[in-house]
Amino acid sequence: MSAKNTSYFLIMAVLLVLVGWLQSPSVAMGLVNMCLISAIMALGVNIQWGYAGLFSVGTMGFVALGGVATVLTSMPPVHDAWAAGGLRAIFGILIGVAAIALGVLVYRRMQKGWTRALVLLVVVVGGFFLFRAVLDPAVDAIEGTNTAVAGYLGGAGLPIFASWIVGGLLAAGAAWVIGKVSLGLRSDYLAIATLGIAETIIAVLKNEDWLSRGVRNVNGLPRAPIPYEVSLQSNPDFIAWASWFGLAPAEASSLFVKACFALTFIVVLGVIMWLSERAWRSPWGRMMRAIRDNETAARAMGKDVTKRHLQVFILGSAVCGIAGAMLTTLDGLFTPGSYQPLRFTFLIWVMVIVGGSGNNWGAVLGGFLIWFLWVEVEPIGLWLMGWITAPLPEDSFLRSHLLDSAAHMRLLTMGLILLLVLRFAPRGLIPEK
Amino acid sequence: MDFLNALVLLGNFVLIPAVSYGSQLALGALGITLVYGILRFSHFAHGDVMAFGTMAVILFTWWLQSLGVSIDPLPTALLALPVGIVVTALLLLGVDRSVYRFYRKVRAAPIVVVMASLGVMFVVNGLTRLVIGPDDQNFADGARFLFTVRDFRDATGLAEGLGLRWSQLITISVTLVVVGALFWFLNRTRTGKSMRAFSDNEDLALLSGINPERVVMVTWLIVAVLVTVAGTLYGLDKSFKPFTYFQLLLPMFAAAILGGLGNPLGAVAGAYVIALSEVGVTYAFRKFFEYLLPESLEPQGLMQLLSTDYKFAVSFVLLVLVLLFRPTGLFKGQSV
Repeated sequence: MSAKNTSYFLIMAVLLVLVGWLQSPSVAMGLVNMCLISAIMALGVNIQWGYAGLFSVGTMGFVALGGVATVLTSMPPVHDAWAAGGLRAIFGILIGVAAIALGVLVYRRMQKGWTRALVLLVVVVGGFFLFRAVLDPAVDAIEGTNTAVAGYLGGAGLPIFASWIVGGLLAAGAAWVIGKVSLGLRSDYLAIATLGIAETIIAVLKNEDWLSRGVRNVNGLPRAPIPYEVSLQSNPDFIAWASWFGLAPAEASSLFVKACFALTFIVVLGVIMWLSERAWRSPWGRMMRAIRDNETAARAMGKDVTKRHLQVFILGSAVCGIAGAMLTTLDGLFTPGSYQPLRFTFLIWVMVIVGGSGNNWGAVLGGFLIWFLWVEVEPIGLWLMGWITAPLPEDSFLRSHLLDSAAHMRLLTMGLILLLVLRFAPRGLIPEK
Repeated sequence: MDFLNALVLLGNFVLIPAVSYGSQLALGALGITLVYGILRFSHFAHGDVMAFGTMAVILFTWWLQSLGVSIDPLPTALLALPVGIVVTALLLLGVDRSVYRFYRKVRAAPIVVVMASLGVMFVVNGLTRLVIGPDDQNFADGARFLFTVRDFRDATGLAEGLGLRWSQLITISVTLVVVGALFWFLNRTRTGKSMRAFSDNEDLALLSGINPERVVMVTWLIVAVLVTVAGTLYGLDKSFKPFTYFQLLLPMFAAAILGGLGNPLGAVAGAYVIALSEVGVTYAFRKFFEYLLPESLEPQGLMQLLSTDYKFAVSFVLLVLVLLFRPTGLFKGQSV
């Protein structure tokens, strides 16, 4: 890495230290954790955009799939609910999958014509009604058991870290389906199809209460081996250790937990980064760039462009899924209502573009910098608004309105940053080599 | 009698809402398809520009209302519409001048322009929230119903009623006027013809002396009219909330692709297909079948295919079906 690039990361570090000094160390550590997760998401999008030039705006959906993976993997199973309708629900879903598979088979194997269309219609519509007939009673039974605290099937009770892998796999599966449909067509079609799948995934997560309690959220996700703040605060060894540093137990425990998370995240980021860099330098990476830069030429050289696009799309989505699972683990609760496209899709895009598309280090830097701005623009905007409106009388409508809406400054700022970078420095802070 | 009741029920809960929602989508999808046809990129800021234009209309409506201006039974917002259109046109022309024109000049890849439209989306969204905030706003006034369900029942003696809201009537008639005027413009006027020529074959159009910047400007002006009208009608019919307008992006794009991107007639047809399926798939048909079927066959459940929360999934599924089986759309759109 050149001196210039190193200095970017140093400046970033100084900024974070400044936050620790001016606001509080705990805030700074929280910021670092979110920056690390953002960096992983940006890496995922960079794999799609930087490596292969695929424009996907479904990041939110893949992140949310990662989130639900934590629930499905590591919450304890709710035995009553399983007894009430667990097997029936699974059987119902299998029927749904079988109907789709049969539909695909019919479409592929039968001669084109009215007979095929009719058979296809019967299979799909009949399959849908059968699927609902089997699934619906199971759903009612599951949601009826112990609704206040459970009302869902629970998870597999595995350690939380396993869910990070499951999150990646779930996202990869969804990406396979959507890629199969929309890759090989015009480049914008992928964008619109992924916009759709993201909204659909969120709708499913919000409404299928039997799966993950829907908008009633899942609290208290396990996080072993990382300890809880409360248990640290009642541990005499920890209190003694904290006082040796001159910290109050509450602050020390919060810092300690955040540091544990940060260390794990750094390991994951390191592994993904190492793999991405290896892939970038490998013949596979060269082929990807060749496809990105001149699809026609690559196709003429015998490369299967659509297949390679599908591959890279799945890989990038899986990375986003892993990051989503990490995010939910950090929060300790799964809230499908909190997934907003501006925050989970378009902000990640700003990170990649600003950092430098096609450069993994750039994506990481973008993740850090943009998340930092996203959080810190609000206090800065408030301060700026206060300064602008200072000459206005205390009770003026304009003044209170401007102060109230300072919170919305962040969208405006992000948009302006994106537009300016795209226009004047389209290669980003750390350009592709 | 039962048959009539079933029909009226369907009309009240499916047809009328779907046609008015479809009209709003059609205006939006027309804008998307025009930008795609002329400027050749997917305009992701469409939903937020729609929210911005509606916001301008709302602010002017409030000002008119505070002056006591009213055109009862019609909503005051109709008076404010021209002002909103002018403001939106200024915004779109300003954005084109400061953002898109550069990419046109360097002949950037379409995907880069799409990315720029993401930036525009952020900025416009931020502006809207800065001025009016992210919350629901109510600006509808005037009479609510042309005739209510009860009026209809009393007049016809049927068990089921059919209500028609003013907002629905206005939506449908305004859409007819706007779409009619647009097609007249595209097919009959010199400028409209030059726009279609430009959309069909840019190089040939340039050779025949068509001024591209003028075509682009006219396109943005038309888009301003379309989005502001669509947004205002949607706001009158349902309610105004910036985030809802952003979410309309998916059904609008689905409608445009369903009809064939770049094909105005297709966009209108696609919008009605999307709206009808969205409302039809999420409607509980139980009562409808109770009227039609003999008592022994009456359904047990709600007869609802999907819960209403899945309405975005409907446009998504239709989109996927089109991409799978007919990527050029139902009507022939531009190349895939």
